[in-house]
Amino acid sequence: MQWGSASEFFAMGGYGLYVWTSFLATALCMLWEVLALWRRRVAARAEQRAALLGGMDETAT
Amino acid sequence: MSVNWSKYSAPMAFYPLAGRLIPWFAVVAVVLMGVGLYMGFFVAPTDFQQGESYRIIFVHVPAAWMSMFLYVVMAIWAGVGMGLNARLSFMMAQAIAPTGAMFTFLALLTGAMWGKPTWGAWWVWDARLTSELILLFQYAGVMLLRTSIDDMRRADRSSAVFSLVGVVNVPIIYFSVQWWNTLHQGASVSMSTGSKMAATMLMAMLIMTVAFWLYSIAVILARVRCIVVERDSLPVWDEKPAVIQEAVEAR
Repeated sequence: MQWGSASEFFAMGGYGLYVWTSFLATALCMLWEVLALWRRRVAARAEQRAALLGGMDETAT
Repeated sequence: MSVNWSKYSAPMAFYPLAGRLIPWFAVVAVVLMGVGLYMGFFVAPTDFQQGESYRIIFVHVPAAWMSMFLYVVMAIWAGVGMGLNARLSFMMAQAIAPTGAMFTFLALLTGAMWGKPTWGAWWVWDARLTSELILLFQYAGVMLLRTSIDDMRRADRSSAVFSLVGVVNVPIIYFSVQWWNTLHQGASVSMSTGSKMAATMLMAMLIMTVAFWLYSIAVILARVRCIVVERDSLPVWDEKPAVIQEAVEAR
């Protein structure tokens, strides 16, 4: 390992801004995608259930 | 024991199968990302030329590879859909586009983060960067074309043609660093000359690539399931029996 301390690790030899922005952006994009899919699934199933129960109760979601 | 794989080309059979596979791909992807990040930050040595900035490679290269790979896979599904007139194939193509676009965006963003300290510029109109930017527009084009056509069959076929034509850009991106005199560095890993990187750097990069690949499979399968539900709003495949019973009684 080449890091003497935590601050050395976060500094990334002076390139911290570039390195951490890259990794953080990637992590955020992935988390956002998973969350968006989760919401999409909930919405799709709610709509499906409403269609299935249609006529009986429009708000059955 | 033989498995009749063609059975899974029907959305109804594919839907529960995909549901069972997603957690496995997701768990292995997360574990491999952990291992890859650990190796990338704590095992791989400092680069003698670029210092620590090179560590961006552990997200940049996997994202860039996935952006191209997913485009080809999307085009293949689109082609299969056209050839066999298979709905599930078109749904696969539809499900791949957003993830492919995301990785293209990340490849460009992390590339800018790497370009600034090493070249002194966030962006240059170099063959590699320009062709990758075009790939992002292609993904956007495929998705916009789909949403702009109401008739699902026409939307499927139009976006399939668009993705198939656009496949020519993938070899252009890949070989751009050889064909033109680019600022972007050449391939660090090549099939003919092997790797020019330290073994631990290469290993970390490959683990991250496999992790991104499994992540993509998990996310794409989840999206296909959403698309199946959205398109075929009626038969409920994983709804609780009680709800179906209730619905049947209500009719």
